[in-house]
Amino acid sequence: MAGSTFLDSSELVLNMGPQHPSTHGVLRVILKLDGEKVIGTECVIGYLHRGVEKIGENRTYVQFAPYVDRMDYVAAVSNGLGYCLAVEKLLSVEAPPRAQVTRVILTELNRIASHLLWLGTHALDIGAITPLFYTLREREEVLKIFEKYCGARLTTHAFRIGGLQYELYDGFEEDVAKFCDMFLPKVDEYEELLTDNRIWVERLKGVGILTAEQCKAYGVTGPVLRAAGVAWDLRKAQPYSGYEQYDFDIPIRQNGDTFDRYIVRMEEMRQSVRIIRQALERIEPGPIMAKVPKVIKPPVGEVYVSIEAPKGELGYFIVSDGSTQPYRVRVRPPSFVNLQALDQMCRGALVADVVAIIGTIDIVLGEVDR
Amino acid sequence: MRKLIRTVFLVDLLQGLWVTLRNQHPKHIYTEQYPAQRPKVAERFRGAPRLNINPDTGETLCIGCNLCALACPENLIVVGTERDPKTNRKVLTTFTYDTSRCMFCGLCEDACPVDALELTQDFELASYTREGQIWDRQMLEEGPRPTQYRS
Repeated sequence: MAGSTFLDSSELVLNMGPQHPSTHGVLRVILKLDGEKVIGTECVIGYLHRGVEKIGENRTYVQFAPYVDRMDYVAAVSNGLGYCLAVEKLLSVEAPPRAQVTRVILTELNRIASHLLWLGTHALDIGAITPLFYTLREREEVLKIFEKYCGARLTTHAFRIGGLQYELYDGFEEDVAKFCDMFLPKVDEYEELLTDNRIWVERLKGVGILTAEQCKAYGVTGPVLRAAGVAWDLRKAQPYSGYEQYDFDIPIRQNGDTFDRYIVRMEEMRQSVRIIRQALERIEPGPIMAKVPKVIKPPVGEVYVSIEAPKGELGYFIVSDGSTQPYRVRVRPPSFVNLQALDQMCRGALVADVVAIIGTIDIVLGEVDR
Repeated sequence: MRKLIRTVFLVDLLQGLWVTLRNQHPKHIYTEQYPAQRPKVAERFRGAPRLNINPDTGETLCIGCNLCALACPENLIVVGTERDPKTNRKVLTTFTYDTSRCMFCGLCEDACPVDALELTQDFELASYTREGQIWDRQMLEEGPRPTQYRS
């Protein structure tokens, strides 16, 4: 046992959660402590299990779309995009260009909203309360655009299989462009608050290191992987929804610690703005819905489609038996897979760092438990 | 050397404080004084359901086709119809909508062929009982009547 004292009784088992405020929901972590040092952790999940995958087997393809929004509820639009792309692949249809551009804009806005919520809560866990107010203020602007576009703020149900249900509202382009102009200086403001702050740096630098090899071994994706120096982004690696036409960079860092993951996510928000600005120029008139039958009955087969959600690779594996309902829907949620690396990251850290490490993985328990 | 100066003079902390100070201006206040100041929700907002009636005749627009009930993922809409013996047409008798199970996905209003069922901008759906969440035809046609507060 690493760093054990001469008294074995100093080993302590401590339950963190499921009601602990900084576990971001209902996650229970059993910590094995040696004094202040963590020598092992175990996650107990399932407190938010709703059986979404099973619900999918009892709903038609169209009816299941609102449920996927409720998995990762801070990035509902990305979830909807992944599901719609999977069913579209099963049907071998493609959304028309106008719909694709709109999807890109909305998912990138959602990425910003998700990262903003992550930044606010992560900073709050560390002890910086101020950024939360600012990030939620900017997130509100994104949610207002969602509300104007599709009528809901959080569980949006914005996309339909084959394209979009709602035409862009008047002034959508102006709203989004205004948000982009407003938002970039705000990112600098957050960085001003945090990046140089000595408490922030002390709490994050060198905490929860996950090397590239460990990331690959655990199957960790998203900003956690990119902070370890692997430039893996599904938007570049397997472009979907027209992402190959956009010019953007994959931000990477080398150390793979909590501070680097923070920097990567901040940079990702700037890149998202870049994508949105390019997408705004690509909006062209045209249909928003592909030719999809009224009753969706895909041919027998199975399909796996993954997209780059704000938290990592979000995959949908759908098996069709030729009926109106899927035979099986399997979701590969990024939060669930990334959470498995928690034990590796926590070993040898201090109890206070566990809070920082849970925050940095950016989990949403709705997605972990499904 | 530069780092030492920054550390000694707490440059990083003052930098952060300056951001906080800049944001103290009253124009940055975003709080809504809710019951007194009512939020204006978007035109497409999906809130309380409403069963539209023809304003000229006062008759319901619903044709009792049951498409909304079939479209609903939660099966919370129950449409009751009967045949009019004279015209031999389906006439709507009852319509219940369980708002406690509704997730406001909007699939029912998309399915409606005559724009009778609609999710409106009303968002105050609280009720003291579970039964109060199950809306009957009369409630759906009249809409909720939330208490209006004035400051």
